[in-house]
Amino acid sequence: MSGLFAAIYSGLAWVVSIIDPFCGPVGVFRLFGSDTLLACGDTGWGDEVAYGFLVTASLAIATLPIGLTVGFFVALAKQSEERSLRLAANIYTTIFRGLPELLTLFIVYYGLQILVQQFLATIGYEGPVEINAFVAGMIALGVVFSAYCSEVLLSAFKAIPHGQYEAGDALGLHRGATMRLIILPQLIRIALPGLGNLWMALLKDTALVSVVGLPDILRQTGVAARVTKQAFEFFGLACILFLILAMISSVAFSAIERRTKRAEMGR
Amino acid sequence: MSIAETMIPPQAPPPAPPKPYTLSRFFGSVALGVWLALAVGIFFTVVGGWDAEKFSRYGPSFLSGLGVTLALVSSSILLGAVLSLPVALGRMSKHRLWSWLAYAYVYFFRGTPLITQLFLVYYGLGSFRPQLETVGLWWFFRDAWNCALFTFTLNTAAYQAEILRGAIESVPRGQHEGAAALGLPKHIAFFKVILPQAMIVALRPYGNEIVLMIKGSAIVAIVTVFDLMGETRRAFSRTFDYQMYIWAAALYLLMVELLRNIWGWLEARLTRHLKR
Repeated sequence: MSGLFAAIYSGLAWVVSIIDPFCGPVGVFRLFGSDTLLACGDTGWGDEVAYGFLVTASLAIATLPIGLTVGFFVALAKQSEERSLRLAANIYTTIFRGLPELLTLFIVYYGLQILVQQFLATIGYEGPVEINAFVAGMIALGVVFSAYCSEVLLSAFKAIPHGQYEAGDALGLHRGATMRLIILPQLIRIALPGLGNLWMALLKDTALVSVVGLPDILRQTGVAARVTKQAFEFFGLACILFLILAMISSVAFSAIERRTKRAEMGR
Repeated sequence: MSIAETMIPPQAPPPAPPKPYTLSRFFGSVALGVWLALAVGIFFTVVGGWDAEKFSRYGPSFLSGLGVTLALVSSSILLGAVLSLPVALGRMSKHRLWSWLAYAYVYFFRGTPLITQLFLVYYGLGSFRPQLETVGLWWFFRDAWNCALFTFTLNTAAYQAEILRGAIESVPRGQHEGAAALGLPKHIAFFKVILPQAMIVALRPYGNEIVLMIKGSAIVAIVTVFDLMGETRRAFSRTFDYQMYIWAAALYLLMVELLRNIWGWLEARLTRHLKR
C-alpha cells in the first residue's frame, strides 16, 4: 500500500514542481522573495511553506470524497423507514457534531495508536507504533464532515418532492437508477450552497491536524516562526495562505453553482 | 330472496402481515449493534480502569477546566455581540469606506482558521513587545487567557455581524415603511420594530455560533490555557490513560446537548405567537 502511495506521490511531486505557484519556475517566492526569509531552497523558508500549502490542500481534497460518501449514506439512513437505522444515524451525528474537532482528532489519533498497538501485540510485535498524522486527520475530519454533510443532504432530500420518486417508478426505473438519474442531480443543486460552507469549514479545520505533527501550512510557518523569531510575519503569511485557499474555493464554487443552475437560466 | 335473521358478530381484525426482513433492517441492527458494542466497551474500560485515586486527583481539575471553558466562551460571546453591532452596521452602510472595511474584517476572520488567528495574536504580538510596552498593553497580551479572549471576541464578532446583518436584512421593507409612516424616528424604529423581528430570525444561528465557540475553544489548550481540553491533555500526558479523553468527550457532549435543548425550548417559547 505504501508503495502505491509513494508512486502516486512521486508522480504528483514532478507535476507540482513544474506548476508550483510558489517555488516553481515562475513562483511568487522565486520571483519576489529570493533575498528574503521566503527564498526557496536552503537559504529561506519558501519551499517549506509551499510544501505546507500543498499538504493542507491535499488533506482537504482527500477528505472531501470520504466525507461526502459517508454523509450521503448517513443521510439515507436518517430518512429510512427502519427505526433502528434512523436511531443509529442520529447517534452518529449527535456525537460528531457535538465533539470539538480537536478532541475528535486526538481520540482518533491516540485511539488508533492504541488499537494498532494492541493488535500488533496479539500477533507478536512489540514496539513503538506511530500513526500517520495524515491518515488520522483524514479519518477525524472526514467523520466530522460527514456528520454535518448528512444534515445538509437530509434537508436537500426533504426539498425534493415525492412525485420525483413516483415518476421514476412510473418510468420503470430501478431504485438505484432513480436515485442516480433523477434524485442525485437535483440533490446536488439544492445542497451545493450548504456543501460549500462545509468545504470552507473543512479547509479551516485542516489547520488542527498540525497539532499532531502534520507538516501543513500552520506547522511549517510555526517552525519557521520559532527558528527566525519573526512570529507575526510567518503567522500572518499562514493567514494569507488560508485566505488564498478560501478565495480559490469560492471562485470554484460559484463556477460549479453557475453550471448546475444552467438549466434554470431561461426562467 | 333470503333475509339474514341474525347479525354477524363483530370479527377480530385480520392479523397484521409479518414485516419482511429488509436489507435496511439488517443494516440498522448492525449499526445499532456497533454503537451498543462501543458503549459496552467504553463502560467496561471505565469500570475496569477505575481508579479512585486518579478520580480524586483529576476530577477537580476537570471541573476547573470546565469553568475556564465556560468563562472564556461566555465572555467572548458577550463582548463579540457588542462588537458585532458596529461591524454589522458598517457592512450595511452605504458609505464605501465603512462597508469595505467591515467586509475586509469579516472576510479575514471567517476565511482563516481560528487557531491561526490565535497563534498570530499569542506568538505574533510577542514580536511587538517594546511597542506594546510603550502603550502599556503588554500586561494584557502577556497572558495566554487574555490573548484567547481577544482572538475569540474578534472572531465571533465577525460571525455574529454576518448573522445580525442577514437577520436585519430579512425584515421586509414594509416594516421600515410602516415605522416611518407612524412617524417613529429612525433609531426608535430600529430598536423597537426592526431588531425584535430580526432577533427571532437570528436566534437559531446564534445558538449554532455558541456551539461552534464551545467546540472551537478547545484549541486554547495548545497555547497553554488550561481549559477542559488543556486539563485533559495534562491528565493524559501524566497517566497515559485513554479514559481521560472519554471523560472530556462526555463533558463536551453534555455541554453542547444541554445548550441545544435549552435553545430549542427558547426558540419554541419566543416564536409561539407565530405558530398557527
